[in-house]
Amino acid sequence: MIKKTDISIMTWILIAFGIINIILLATGKLGFNAKGIGIITAVAITLAMYSFLYKDNPVFKIAENLFVGVAMGYSLIIIWFNILKPDVFEALIVPMFKDTEIGPQYSVIVPTLLGFFMFLRFSTKLSWLSRWSFAFIVGMGSGIAIPNFINAILLRQLEPMFAPLYTGSFWGTVNTILVLVGVVSVLFYFFFSMEHKGAIGGVSVVGVWFLMIAFGASFGYTVMARMSLLIGRMQFLLKDWLGIIQ
Amino acid sequence: MNFFKRTIPMIIAFVMGLLMAFQYYVPHESSQNLLKVVTRWGMIISGFAMFIGAYSLFHMHWNRIRQKVSGWGYSIFVFIGAGITIIFGLLNGGEFFWNDKQAGTMFDWIFDNVQVPAGATIFSILAFFMASAAYRTFRARNKEATILLIAAIIVMLGRVPIGTMISQYIPVVADWIMSVPNLAAKRAILIGVSIGVIATSIKIIFGIERAYLGGGD
Repeated sequence: MIKKTDISIMTWILIAFGIINIILLATGKLGFNAKGIGIITAVAITLAMYSFLYKDNPVFKIAENLFVGVAMGYSLIIIWFNILKPDVFEALIVPMFKDTEIGPQYSVIVPTLLGFFMFLRFSTKLSWLSRWSFAFIVGMGSGIAIPNFINAILLRQLEPMFAPLYTGSFWGTVNTILVLVGVVSVLFYFFFSMEHKGAIGGVSVVGVWFLMIAFGASFGYTVMARMSLLIGRMQFLLKDWLGIIQ
Repeated sequence: MNFFKRTIPMIIAFVMGLLMAFQYYVPHESSQNLLKVVTRWGMIISGFAMFIGAYSLFHMHWNRIRQKVSGWGYSIFVFIGAGITIIFGLLNGGEFFWNDKQAGTMFDWIFDNVQVPAGATIFSILAFFMASAAYRTFRARNKEATILLIAAIIVMLGRVPIGTMISQYIPVVADWIMSVPNLAAKRAILIGVSIGVIATSIKIIFGIERAYLGGGD
């Protein structure tokens, strides 16, 4: 249930938003064109989203649902233009009815059929056909993942661990030893085939310390990334919309 | 019938898995072409999967509207947002969807002025909620929480000018945390993750892991 005070706050904010935009348009700070209207729309969406900081409210919910719809619509259109149009429509369907340089690529029928099989997920009798599509994607993904993970991640991460510990400088050597100790102790922590007691327990405790430092660093890094986004939005409001800062 | 329902999908996964795994070790042009074709096929199938996601979303919101559940009115805006974006996307600036995508259309305008600001704002809101999450996380209740707290504070201070104002060593320590203990833990996690992915992939290819088949017959 929405309180009367919330409705009045919302009304006053909307009136203020309207007045500010009228002034900006009248003074020519915002052009009455696609760019100007675009900025006003983006500001409206931004303020509607930030209204959640006060509390969950209808304006935020409208903006949130609108965003979900736009995001879905955008994804569908991009998939059409980037995947289905060039790889199915222009590769298979158009050449079947029109003379083109390259004839119809009939091999595309296979993924197209498998794609349509996915829709059978909603059929009670034929839903098993969708398994063929999932099997293709999962099998392909698994096959590609094995050599790529071995080469691009596993070996790349193991390789520096086999380098000499002595790097030529005292602190460089200390850091190399610390990295080695960290990797081994964290791996011990994730090794569940033995009970973490005695020496193994002690090593895994060191692993937990390294993990905590890494989680703390990740947390700090993420906070700063979000802060940077917040600064970006504030710059948009104060510079692009109001023109207060240059 | 069980052959079509369970055995054929497992054969498909087995053949595709082995083919793609061995393809990597064959540096021949035909092998590279096979990877290109199969990846393209995978993209096409994934493209169709997106429409299933759309159906699921619209179906859920349509049911909310039909059953008039609490807050059903907001679901209308999902259809408004999607409808307008799809219509302008299909109109393609007057060139229609069967021609190449045109630049600077209303579709791009919606992306620039609705989706981008909405997405950026939602993520920036997290900066505020992280403050409350940080309070709960950073109460130094034990040794581990204290280590996490100190590491996070140093990394945060090391990324802003106030850190240097407090001490010139804070950015140095922040960089050290990122490049030594953080690197060690992340390296061990990545080693564990990659071993896990490889093991799961092998299980899928040889039909030991069958969760992707779903339940039922």
